[in-house]
Amino acid sequence: MAALVLAEHDNATLKPSTLNAIAAAAKAGGEVTVLVAGSGCAAVAQAAAQAAGVTKVLLADAPQLADQLAENVAAQALAVAKGYTHILAPATAHGKNVAPRIAAKLDAAQISDIVGVESADTFTRPIYAGNAIATVQSADPVKVITVRTTGFDPVAATGGSAPIENVAAVADAGTSSFVGREIARSDRPELTAAKIVVSGGRGMGSAENFHLLEPLADKLGAALGASRAAVDAGYAPNDWQVGQTGKIVAPQLYVAIGISGAIQHLAGMKDSKVIVAINKDEEAPIFGVADYGLVADLFTAVPELVKELG
Amino acid sequence: MKILVPVKRVVDYNVKVRVKSDQSGVDIANVKMSMNPFDEIAVEEAVRLKEKGVATEIVAVSCGVQACQETLRTAMAIGADRGILVQTDVELQPLAVAKLLAALAAREQPGLVILGKQAIDDDANQTGQMLAALLDRPQATFASKLEVADGKAKVTREVDGGLETIAISLPAVVTTDLRLNEPRYVTLPNIMKAKKKQLDVVKPEDLGVDVTPRLKTLKVSEPPGRKAGVKVPDVATLVAKLKNEAKVI
Repeated sequence: MAALVLAEHDNATLKPSTLNAIAAAAKAGGEVTVLVAGSGCAAVAQAAAQAAGVTKVLLADAPQLADQLAENVAAQALAVAKGYTHILAPATAHGKNVAPRIAAKLDAAQISDIVGVESADTFTRPIYAGNAIATVQSADPVKVITVRTTGFDPVAATGGSAPIENVAAVADAGTSSFVGREIARSDRPELTAAKIVVSGGRGMGSAENFHLLEPLADKLGAALGASRAAVDAGYAPNDWQVGQTGKIVAPQLYVAIGISGAIQHLAGMKDSKVIVAINKDEEAPIFGVADYGLVADLFTAVPELVKELG
Repeated sequence: MKILVPVKRVVDYNVKVRVKSDQSGVDIANVKMSMNPFDEIAVEEAVRLKEKGVATEIVAVSCGVQACQETLRTAMAIGADRGILVQTDVELQPLAVAKLLAALAAREQPGLVILGKQAIDDDANQTGQMLAALLDRPQATFASKLEVADGKAKVTREVDGGLETIAISLPAVVTTDLRLNEPRYVTLPNIMKAKKKQLDVVKPEDLGVDVTPRLKTLKVSEPPGRKAGVKVPDVATLVAKLKNEAKVI
């Protein structure tokens, strides 16, 4: 058995979600090889080589891989796929984009968003917005898998010293091209990797009011999140959305402010260690999952909370 | 240009499903079924492209049991011109659906296939990408903006950390994210009109596709429960509890 993990990166740094995927790979498929496909991404390969439990790093470095276009990255993975029993990617926007293309070409039924490894061919994954957990068994010779990062503790980022092998890059598919990117720059921790998340919902009332959460996030060193209702209303950017179809988070502390607690929102945060809810509606479903609930007007409670935290 | 829009019949998003006591699956007897919300956004986008004069015909496709005809009628009430049901009682997994759609795309030759990024029942997020791969076509997933011109689609995608824009040459596959559009309300006259639109039924065998499930579901269980905790009277108590009891700050 041997597993191939697709590294998630921006050509400069290895994204932490890769370390969760490596952990799942080690459980499922024995020896772990990491594929770094990108352009000018030698530093990423070096970081991957240091990750604990990695046996080998394959580096495909070419301009046509720079922007992580699905057609080219999937082709690159397929070019090196021979001999692997498991191919895994983190269940991030990038992993979800690329992995099914690889699975289809290998005629394998992909197992999406796994949260557990029962054996080399049996995995658990949430369905129906996390309201049920399915245990599924694959009979395919190659298992193509995306890994929910909150389901696996990351392997250590350092300590390993795997060899790096250069592999030939595939040719550009020529059917897609990169136009531009608007990535928000922020000094706050990344939402999916943060230890504390402060999220706002429709109760925030407006985009201006959302700024009320910033001093609180600053005090706690937290990432900012939002419910779908808040994103749909334009109060918060789309990449802040926590929920079934947004980001899945499981921080040590999740603070839900003005969030009612729709099923699809709970699907994205109910594995958090401690949940705090502040809402003026004492009947709000969020209180059904909150460890600590405060029935209060958020516009007085949040500034008070900032003050109390000193 | 013709647009193919696959639509899936799923348990309505307002229904909280229950796991069956024998762990064989979730209980979907007598629950409300609806079109997958992401697919509704896909139909709406196709109709808007037709209204702009970019698309000439919209073909809605559904794969599954006979009752999926209702889902197709909804798609036609939003504005699809005709429907195709690939009818089977076999449990369909994303790879099988992608193969059925690829076979239909070979027949219909659409310039674009637009479908939801994921179905809210199996939450797999696979079918569009698999279809693109099987057709050897480019893909633009998680679209929040779509412009079609000169044989290309310029698509803004929702990615981790923000937005990304790519250009893909047609024919291509696009999957929808929530912010692409807000689907219109279906009006009664349009529901009546949809009843008269053409709906063809084919079988997987007619398309030469083996739809046998490849993943075996061994069991379906309840997720680990989470109980409601305590209500705290004020902010000071909350902070004290987080510091001394939960020890998370």
